[in-house]
Amino acid sequence: MAVGAEAIFGESLITTTLDSAISWARESSMWPYIFGTACCAIEFMSVASSKYDISRFGAEVVRFSPRQADLLIIAGTISYKQAPILKKIYDQMNEPKWVISAGACACSGGFYDNYTTLQGVDSIIPVDVYVAGCPPRPEAFLDALLEIQKIQATQSLLEDRAKRVFKGVLDA
Amino acid sequence: MPKAFKKLLEKHYTIDAYGAYILSKELILQALQILQEEDNYPFLVDITAIDYLHVKNQPERFAIVYLLRDENFKNLITLKTYIDSSLATQSITSLFKSANWAEREIWDQYGIHFKSHPNLKRILNHKEFKGHPLRKDYPITQGQLCHKSDDLMDEMTPRLKTKGYTSQEELMFLNLGPAHPASHGTIRTFVALDGENITCAVSEIGYLHRGFEKSCENHTYNQIIPYTDRLNYCSAILNNIAYAHAVEGILGVDLPERAKFIRVIIGELSRIIDHLVCLAAILVDMGALTNYWYLYNPREKVYDLLSKLTGARLTNSYMRIGGMSHDLYDGFEHDLNACLKEIEQGVGETLKLIEHNRIFHDRTQNVGIITKEDAINRGLTGPNLRACGVPYDLRVSAPYYHYETFDFDIALGSVGDVYDRMMVRFEEIKQSTRIIHQAMQRLPEGAICVQDHAISLPPKKEVYTNIEGLMNQFKLIYEGVKVPPMEYYRAIEGANGELGFFIISDGSGTPYKVKVRPPCFYAMAAYPRIIEGSMIADAVLTLGSLNIIAGELDR
Repeated sequence: MAVGAEAIFGESLITTTLDSAISWARESSMWPYIFGTACCAIEFMSVASSKYDISRFGAEVVRFSPRQADLLIIAGTISYKQAPILKKIYDQMNEPKWVISAGACACSGGFYDNYTTLQGVDSIIPVDVYVAGCPPRPEAFLDALLEIQKIQATQSLLEDRAKRVFKGVLDA
Repeated sequence: MPKAFKKLLEKHYTIDAYGAYILSKELILQALQILQEEDNYPFLVDITAIDYLHVKNQPERFAIVYLLRDENFKNLITLKTYIDSSLATQSITSLFKSANWAEREIWDQYGIHFKSHPNLKRILNHKEFKGHPLRKDYPITQGQLCHKSDDLMDEMTPRLKTKGYTSQEELMFLNLGPAHPASHGTIRTFVALDGENITCAVSEIGYLHRGFEKSCENHTYNQIIPYTDRLNYCSAILNNIAYAHAVEGILGVDLPERAKFIRVIIGELSRIIDHLVCLAAILVDMGALTNYWYLYNPREKVYDLLSKLTGARLTNSYMRIGGMSHDLYDGFEHDLNACLKEIEQGVGETLKLIEHNRIFHDRTQNVGIITKEDAINRGLTGPNLRACGVPYDLRVSAPYYHYETFDFDIALGSVGDVYDRMMVRFEEIKQSTRIIHQAMQRLPEGAICVQDHAISLPPKKEVYTNIEGLMNQFKLIYEGVKVPPMEYYRAIEGANGELGFFIISDGSGTPYKVKVRPPCFYAMAAYPRIIEGSMIADAVLTLGSLNIIAGELDR
């Protein structure tokens, strides 16, 4: 037995909290910026192609402009030379933004334990979800996407993500 | 045979134990000129340096090795010169344009100076990097932070001067990349624009430099296989084959027949999927997205086959020194035929869409042209060189794995533009399919690994039942395959061109030095010169048609 507005207008109206409505909108329309540098980017092409089809999750609007994206997917090795560029792109993205670090190289440097590879991107930017694998299977990318959706669903609007404190090695 | 070289420099060279001609560094330029002009050795394969710090009985610490091929691409000649403590030698960029970037790389990695080089600066490592990482005394894990990217004006300003621009006011400067969808992630091209036309271009690479060669010096021979997967990650198995092929050359072993045929089949399949992803990407760059699905979905099917066969979709690590990790599975042929059928269908659908498509023709024909002579001088190989009309294919000019007995054609272009490069790849997909069908018919039974347990692992039954097998396994895993001392170069026809490995072994289970001859590296060095004078949109297509794979380019 419905009460309040729903009793008057029937099924044409739903009452909910603003929090959950906006979270629901956010999690089903993510715009990923794919920072693909290497093999993982080729696997991401599979995620975007018809078999795995990232658009089932509403995240197929892949944008290469930080101004039009709210999800940064780092797919591939980040070398020390690439690091300032990645940081700049992250800084240029508008809040609220989320970050997936996909694959062993992005998470920890992988088996490139040497003079040129950054040993994990979380030393320069904050990361929300890590994906294992070298390269991760497309299912793993989709799983990371679902994890991000969970974060979005549980975080209230009142929590200002921009206020997170993070200091990386490239932050002056 | 290099007759003139032998006649003129008879008294000045010695031949070392591995067949390289050793000259003093003052004579290198003259020797190369004789080889190029009189003996018809127009093609510089690669240049690399060697650090002999841990090797006894060498006259100097550093040496530089030059590899050249003759005009028929059949004969390879190796010149070597020792560099004294001044750490400087003559640049050979006046003879070979391809030497420009190769010498920059040696300066970057080894710190050897080249006199009269037009622009000697770092190429793979960043500007703030101190030291030379491939020297034996540089610790492998010593990373160095980079805070700011290079503005490239030091290269751009002289380039503008040569074009007659004194002021930079009428030009607009633009960075294409490194984070640009059409720059494939990690390639940066800095262009000076006059309206929509590119007047000058400078490329910067090294954003995906992952220290492959340094890592090789710290791993056993079989541990390097996963690293080679990640060079050209669109056709991982071809890299496996190229590397294993080079090491087997040093060992002097001949593979069992079945192994050779499996390598041909899987290698050609890799070539096909590499071309598929290249063509799919360039058509997307053109705005023809439909073709992406037509070409990419068959690749997905091949992934399934490779997952069944090797356990991985993309980075397969299927080859081993002296064979491969395991045999074909039951039902492989059925799956393979299904894959080939789908590939044929996908390519057919795509060609239907573009073959007589006016937009496609206008966008690709006579765009990004490179002439025959220029292409050879700049060291282009593979489909990019064949598109210029040079019939150079290692499967034909220096056959391996019985390629001479297969019936297939070399795809040749005539103009050397984007259209030719694409169509050569379309044709090669068809030819590779032909080769696979023939190889499947002729596939013999038998072993897939060399039956020498100093090279390939013994069967598990032996490991668990007798001490001999147990020791073989233990030794191979812990110490690696013992490879006799040698300085050796061997190449195969990779998906992008001549993919060779120059390996120096010292008798232990770890290589002393490994140098890849990446086909992309030379294609990329030519790229800024190809696009000068064209439009931005054409530059994007030219990059796509050269099929630059950053993993292989930067290593």
